[in-house]
Amino acid sequence: MSRHRIVRTMDYNDEYDGYDDVYGHSVDDECISPTDAQQWLYDRARGQQSMSAFMSKNKDIKEEEEDEDDDEAYQKARRDSDNFQMPVLDELEQAQLSSCVDEVRSVVGDAVSERLIVETSMRFGYDIQKILDEILNEETNKNEKRSQKFKLNNAPTTTTTSITKAATMTTPKPTSASAVTTTKVTLSTQKEARRGFDIASPKTPASPVLSGRNTPVDVSGDDVARNAANTFKVSKDQAQRNAKQLYEKERADQKSQFHMIVIGHVDAGKSTLMGHLLYDTGNVSQRVMHKHEQESKKLGKQSFMYAWVLDETGEERARGITMDVGQSRIETESKIVTLLDAPGHKDFIPNMISGATQADVALLVVDATRGEFESGFELGGQTREHAILVRSLGVNQLGVVINKLDTVGWSKERFTEIVSKLKAFLKQAGFKESDVSFTPCSGLTGENLTKRAQEPALIVWYTGPHLLEVIENFKIPDRAIDRPLRMSVSDIYKGTSSGFCISGRIETGVLCVNDKVLVGASREQAQVKALTIDELSQSNVFAGDQVAVTLAGVDVNNITVGCIICDPQTPIPVTTRFQARIIVFNVKVPITMGYPVLLHHQSLIEPATVCKLTALIHKSTGEVVKKKPRCLGNNSCALVEVETSRPICIERYADFKELGRIMMRVAGVTIAAGMVTKIR
Amino acid sequence: MKLLGKYVDKGMQGNVVLVPEEPEDMWHAYNLIAEGDSVRSTTIRKVQNETATGSSTSSRVRTTLTIVVENIDFDTQACVLRLKGRNREENQYVKMGAYHTLDLELNRKFELRKPEWDTIALERIDMACDPTQSADVAAVVMQEGLAHVCLITASMTLVRSKIEVSIPRKRKGSVQQHEKGLAKFYEQVMQSILRHVNFDVVKCVLLASPGFVRDQFYDYMFQQAVKMDYKVLLENKSKFMLVHASSGFKHSLKEVLQDAAVIAKMSDTKAASEVKALEQFYMMLQCEPAKAFYGKKHVLAAAEAQAIETLLISDNLFRCQDVNLRKEYVNLVESVRDAGGEVKIFSSMHISGEQLAQLTGIAAVLRFPMPELEDSDDDDDEDGAAGGDDSD
Repeated sequence: MSRHRIVRTMDYNDEYDGYDDVYGHSVDDECISPTDAQQWLYDRARGQQSMSAFMSKNKDIKEEEEDEDDDEAYQKARRDSDNFQMPVLDELEQAQLSSCVDEVRSVVGDAVSERLIVETSMRFGYDIQKILDEILNEETNKNEKRSQKFKLNNAPTTTTTSITKAATMTTPKPTSASAVTTTKVTLSTQKEARRGFDIASPKTPASPVLSGRNTPVDVSGDDVARNAANTFKVSKDQAQRNAKQLYEKERADQKSQFHMIVIGHVDAGKSTLMGHLLYDTGNVSQRVMHKHEQESKKLGKQSFMYAWVLDETGEERARGITMDVGQSRIETESKIVTLLDAPGHKDFIPNMISGATQADVALLVVDATRGEFESGFELGGQTREHAILVRSLGVNQLGVVINKLDTVGWSKERFTEIVSKLKAFLKQAGFKESDVSFTPCSGLTGENLTKRAQEPALIVWYTGPHLLEVIENFKIPDRAIDRPLRMSVSDIYKGTSSGFCISGRIETGVLCVNDKVLVGASREQAQVKALTIDELSQSNVFAGDQVAVTLAGVDVNNITVGCIICDPQTPIPVTTRFQARIIVFNVKVPITMGYPVLLHHQSLIEPATVCKLTALIHKSTGEVVKKKPRCLGNNSCALVEVETSRPICIERYADFKELGRIMMRVAGVTIAAGMVTKIR
Repeated sequence: MKLLGKYVDKGMQGNVVLVPEEPEDMWHAYNLIAEGDSVRSTTIRKVQNETATGSSTSSRVRTTLTIVVENIDFDTQACVLRLKGRNREENQYVKMGAYHTLDLELNRKFELRKPEWDTIALERIDMACDPTQSADVAAVVMQEGLAHVCLITASMTLVRSKIEVSIPRKRKGSVQQHEKGLAKFYEQVMQSILRHVNFDVVKCVLLASPGFVRDQFYDYMFQQAVKMDYKVLLENKSKFMLVHASSGFKHSLKEVLQDAAVIAKMSDTKAASEVKALEQFYMMLQCEPAKAFYGKKHVLAAAEAQAIETLLISDNLFRCQDVNLRKEYVNLVESVRDAGGEVKIFSSMHISGEQLAQLTGIAAVLRFPMPELEDSDDDDDEDGAAGGDDSD
């Protein structure tokens, strides 16, 4: 064995432990590798901090122990009544005792253990009054203590606090007259409080960052799936990582980055605008641009030369429209922006949705040409639908670009007309007025893109910022770095190295090379081999990043576009049925029970049916207007249950905002958007 | 299906002799045969004989069995109907009362005896034996990376194959992977069409997709057909039709069947008329909610008032095991007809039928509004809805 040892990287801790503890050797000890041993054998040297793993939770240990004791004592007391042996007494005493016990029982009910009653009755010489006093005193004290403890320990969920309050209020002085009712109340609250404890507890381990577990045993235990998944082993590093610190260490000196999706009606000039912007910021070389110019000239579509920067497939160039989301990246003075160029055509909205789920902010491009703006803005136009879609996907900052103003001679009237129309609509769609900006420009000529306006007709009335400044001024949303890892897969392809790559956005958490992750609804385990952002290799990536991940240990056929990669310690729920609160848009036919829809969740598109209409809700107050409505008409808001044919990964909106949003589409029209309220 | 003999007496008791000729006839048979009926058909059994010396020989014999049906299995994909039950006619090989399984075979007659024939069942026989109704259409609904190859017959929609290929997105600087993935996908779809579509029977192939996928695929397919010399495709080029659909999922077939060009070509198949009827119901629900109702309770109440103009009912309701329940539905259908209403029995194998089955299986468009029905259900929890579990 010694010949095969790599001495240089040897973990002495392991070695010593192995030699010292002779009794720990099994017969075929020689064959076990150190890594196996690490996995399977209990390592005392590391045991100090991982002891907390054997306690129930990852809270402060001291409190935990007390709580545990108390809880245990309570449990023991309950158990006592089952296997308690009566003390040996003579006949008279026996009779006295049993009548006394009966008496007490009739007052306090079954809540008090037999042993307690018997012992107290013997202590007080079978005086009922005294016994009752004593017992009730003890009980209420205990309850008070317990409930206070809950108050201290728990993250104050509304239920627990209100219940504990009720418990403390309803523990008066134990006079035997009122004793009957009060004990009953305290008892029921006791149970409530325990339930509250259970609800609260799964939330606490949701941050593996704080937990010092290396044998993940979930004590809360009512969720079987969670428990089963918790048996996945992860390295100690991964389990104990402090994401915030890591983030500060790695990213403190870098420019912050965000994703921006460019949306708008077909032929509004989104790709051209972005292409020109990329060219002006120096992200496209002169040579490439020249090539595009020549080639587009050959096809007689010279105006498409900038669009070709992003529209790369032959099909897209030949037809002159964007079909799939194009991606590129620019750097401004203080930010790195990933541009997502969405297709404007109606048929490619699914692609646009999958792009928009990755975006933090949006740029709405509007064609100022007479007739064009109107056709994009009327009912069924994409200006409208896109704006509503991005809003319901959680984008709240919007930059509106009034494009092609050169075709109307940089007319101020046209600009203000469009702005006023859009303002009214966007407000109705749910955008705050302060988060929306309006910029005039021309994508083809490049006016007001990266430099202040030069055009004399424009500078007469416009002195505002140019497009790049608008982009620069977007606020960066908070990143949930210290949450468990969630990443949605938007693309799968063959990488340059061995294995295959998936790309997507890290929604929450942090991912490092060599981490173990769970893939999709099948919860297959895989290992991260490499991470790249824009072809640059990274060792850690954080929430908000658009990354390419090379995975090993999983079959490529088991990964589909739209599946979620998650942390093995706190895996994402997998379900086929969930409840959602939806807002119905303008629909041609009402939504009924059994209505087939296409469910969009992140990049996932899955056929689903609305299997139950639970309640119609008032739009603003959230009150239930009607239970079990027959159908949902235009602009209604409702609680529905949705069933998918295959299991999907989904989170409650309350737990993960990013992963709790859904969209429903039918026949190429978005009929509803909503958020997941309950998973079953 | 061929009807060889029909002997139904005044008490609606009797038997029919039928010969299934196409796979679809099995579906009709499945809808006809209910538990408790007796079916007589031939089947092959292996018989073991033991001679006096103890050596045994086994031989296969074709024998006629009559069983009282207790269990019915139908494989929708292979169109195989399997009946299980007790034998009630003893013969040389089979004992009385022994459990046997009958597989109904194509082109082999079977005799069906029912204790009571109802109008729905008799209608079903007429429908099944109508030769003009057999018009097959193949449809391919597709989007990038997903395709369903379906066969639409008069009363069934069969998904022959589902193709799912993950196509890499276009990325900066490398579109080859995207184009390669696309080509691979088209190749698979084409092979599936060649394998599953029988151009002798099918009179039209619908290619439906969002965007330009169908055009791209059409071009690809005929390029390849010329290259690889697929005569079948080239000869039947005129049968292909390009239609718009919003996605590659199965239920966008509904949109395809509503397309004006398709309706014109397919004249009036059952599938298309069902889609239309359901659409009308939904439109009514949108415009005049008091004139459109679904759920057993509401519809029964409307029938009571003779208000039903069109009744939509899914055939899976008639397949229920409860005789009384079936009778209830049959009575409903008859009462609507008597009152001059129209009854459309949806096939649960079609897309629209699937949707109707989800929508409690029964719906009605009324002649006059009945707003009182709408208000009545507030206090009532049941609502005729299937499978709602609130307790959680």
